[in-house]
Amino acid sequence: MKENNMEPIIKIENLIFEYRKEEETPPVRAIDNVSLTIEKGSFTAVLGKNGSGKSTLAKNLNGLLIPTEGVIYVNGYDTADDNHIWDVRQSAGMVFQNPDNQLVSAIVEDDVAFGPENLGIDPAEIRRRVDKALEDVNMGPFRGKSPHMLSGGQKQRIAIAGVVAMKPSCIIFDEPTAMLDPKGRNEIMSIIKELHEEGITVILITHFMEEAAAADRVVIMDEGRIFLDGTPSEVFSQGDKVRSVNLDVPLAVELAARLREKGIDVPQNIISTEEMVEFICQYE
Amino acid sequence: MLRDITLGQYFPGKSWVHMLDPRIKIIATLAFIIELFIVDNFIGFLIAGIALGIIIAISKVPVSYIMRGLKPILIILIFTFALNIFMVDGRILWQWKFLKITAEGLEIAIFMAIRLVLLLMGSSMLTLCTRPLALTDGIERLLSPFRKVGLPAHDIAMMMTIALRFIPTLLEEADKIMKAQQARGADFESGGLMKRAKSLIPILVPLFVSAFRIAQDLAMAMEARCYRGGENRTRMHEMKFKKRDYIAMILMAAFLAVIIAESQIL
Amino acid sequence: MSIRVRNLKHIYEKGMPTESLALEDINFDVEDGEFLGIIGHTGSGKSTLLQHLNGLLKPDEGSIIIGDIDITSPGISMVEIRKRIGLVFQYPEYQLFEETVAKDIAFGPKNLGLSEEEIQERVKEAIKLVGLDYDKFAEKSPFELSGGQKRRVAIAGVIAMRPEVLILDEPTAGLDPKAHKDVLAMIEEVHRRTGNITILVSHNMADIARLSDKVLVIDSGRMVTMGTPKEVFSHREELARVGLDLPPVTQLTETLRDRGIDIEETILSVDRAAECIARYLKKKENSRC
Repeated sequence: MKENNMEPIIKIENLIFEYRKEEETPPVRAIDNVSLTIEKGSFTAVLGKNGSGKSTLAKNLNGLLIPTEGVIYVNGYDTADDNHIWDVRQSAGMVFQNPDNQLVSAIVEDDVAFGPENLGIDPAEIRRRVDKALEDVNMGPFRGKSPHMLSGGQKQRIAIAGVVAMKPSCIIFDEPTAMLDPKGRNEIMSIIKELHEEGITVILITHFMEEAAAADRVVIMDEGRIFLDGTPSEVFSQGDKVRSVNLDVPLAVELAARLREKGIDVPQNIISTEEMVEFICQYE
Repeated sequence: MLRDITLGQYFPGKSWVHMLDPRIKIIATLAFIIELFIVDNFIGFLIAGIALGIIIAISKVPVSYIMRGLKPILIILIFTFALNIFMVDGRILWQWKFLKITAEGLEIAIFMAIRLVLLLMGSSMLTLCTRPLALTDGIERLLSPFRKVGLPAHDIAMMMTIALRFIPTLLEEADKIMKAQQARGADFESGGLMKRAKSLIPILVPLFVSAFRIAQDLAMAMEARCYRGGENRTRMHEMKFKKRDYIAMILMAAFLAVIIAESQIL
Repeated sequence: MSIRVRNLKHIYEKGMPTESLALEDINFDVEDGEFLGIIGHTGSGKSTLLQHLNGLLKPDEGSIIIGDIDITSPGISMVEIRKRIGLVFQYPEYQLFEETVAKDIAFGPKNLGLSEEEIQERVKEAIKLVGLDYDKFAEKSPFELSGGQKRRVAIAGVIAMRPEVLILDEPTAGLDPKAHKDVLAMIEEVHRRTGNITILVSHNMADIARLSDKVLVIDSGRMVTMGTPKEVFSHREELARVGLDLPPVTQLTETLRDRGIDIEETILSVDRAAECIARYLKKKENSRC
């Protein structure tokens, strides 16, 4: 398939991750033998209920956590290799859930500059990158503001700008919209889509189905393993399976199931509201 | 309401005071504080007050905004004032049982109060007119000669940056927790000292938990953004002395001379 | 018990140069046993309104009469208000502070000055009502629990005060789909069992449409409309103007209507939508043959 002619940006081989709650207790296995290859320029959504291992997986992808067993390569660098840890983190940027707890500076533009400054980039270049990144997330006019005066969605946009300014080839979003209202959620999703269109590889950890539907690949995790993996229509058309791991299915999938119960033959590949509307309008 | 505290907050602006090199501003503030302790008469305070007034006028920070920042320390102010006014012996002006006000006490009380207000206004001007990161950069550069003797200049500066960033967040958090506990019938206003102190537990415990959660999240986020201490780190805002910085330095020296001379003569 | 809100007005930072209008002209009634949904985008004044209903904020004008007492009248005791009205804030698990779950839930009842027996009885009842096992959870530290469990314990802390009016500000924010469903089911259960007035603030239109008897729409500190979910969600343009969406299923059926498909207006549940669409499609099939 396409995997053969695409270059992988992240390669996970037999990842096992264990941690101990306390010194004495036996280790808990958060990730249990996961292998996954993420292609350059792709948009992958990772779904799973709380405790499924999806956030742990995300933190393994840029060396914030180091595999107990197995290897992860980011841009060719082993994440467990101390000599290249900064290359790994520069290549795979990360945006976290809580918009408040990831901004370092009391001034928006200084916060965006934080990452590039850590990379030791020339001041004039930092300035250019910060301006560009703020433009990218439509937060230019807020450059001199203090983060605590901004809305959740705006803070999250600043966090994204801070990562974009480091020029990563891949960005991992760890439930970036979980704490936002619908408006903030839409803003963040449209920025994620734009970044993807500009060529950045996107990995989106989420439990919102509508967001996952925007991806070109959906991976569902459960109990530390990969439960389903495929295109959104391949995954969501298996409604019962998705529900069995305590996740929702998109509205169209649920509606399609009800219609089938009533004897209407709805094709399996209908997963979005638009597709459902088209199906109904063209039904004969 | 808790959001209104301006102490330690930055007031964005483009004035001459804002544009000065942070190192100059830090030294000037330190000098100003030392001067306030050299001064031993009201004329000295008048000169210091006028100087501060000029700086505030140039900075275009509204005086009401600075005053609002003084509100939280009003209690300290009243406390020291009361302490001085009642504790100093001398010519008695007024007496009620064991409480007495003396002319000397009154003078010292007013003297100390002025000193404290000038001190706080002066030092809040530093944070009001300097971007927090510029401020910490300045501190870092000023302290860096001491790195050789093992002073972690960068870490100190970083800690301050983070403290400045999260003061408003934690205040907001405290406000929320307080309201939530009030909704559960908590009463922070009545009762004796012990009862009141005890009533703070439902606020302090969640606040600590929040602070730890923030610290954990932030440490993770900083690492993810390639933070590895001060080595090889560059800055977006470069620090170079400009003409205005030299002018400020000269003015500062002149002011220091005036104050010392004044305290010697009078 | 009923709630009567009359001409409520609140100004933020009155007398300061930054003075701004937070609420104005708020008038509504909630009858005994009703479930009221409140919707409005962030900053619309929802939270300010909730804090008034609980006496945490005092209005500049107007009154709030709950049962037979006006909680805005001066000199009213706060304990009186809190006995009647329980308010669960957003992310309520951030307020947990005691060593054990039971002690934390007992905090509210204790503040009401109840007897020790009464408190224990209420704690037991509240833990059960939020769907947790008393024996398993009572002595646990609240900080050891999962996110969803913490949230339940925090809500139990308010339920144990046996409020006649239970107000919840986005009780499912940040939860995963399973915990979201569980917490809502629990709120429904408490409402059904105690017959209280429940007021739910949420951004999730599907939840609001499903649970509410009445929906109040608020924008820029003013009431936009109030009515049954069917009435409120039939005002599509008005809602769009204040930045609110229809429930997803309603969006779908309204799009179908826009495309000229003849089905019922303002469908609020997936079941109903499936029924109407199936009927329409079968009719179309039959007309072909």
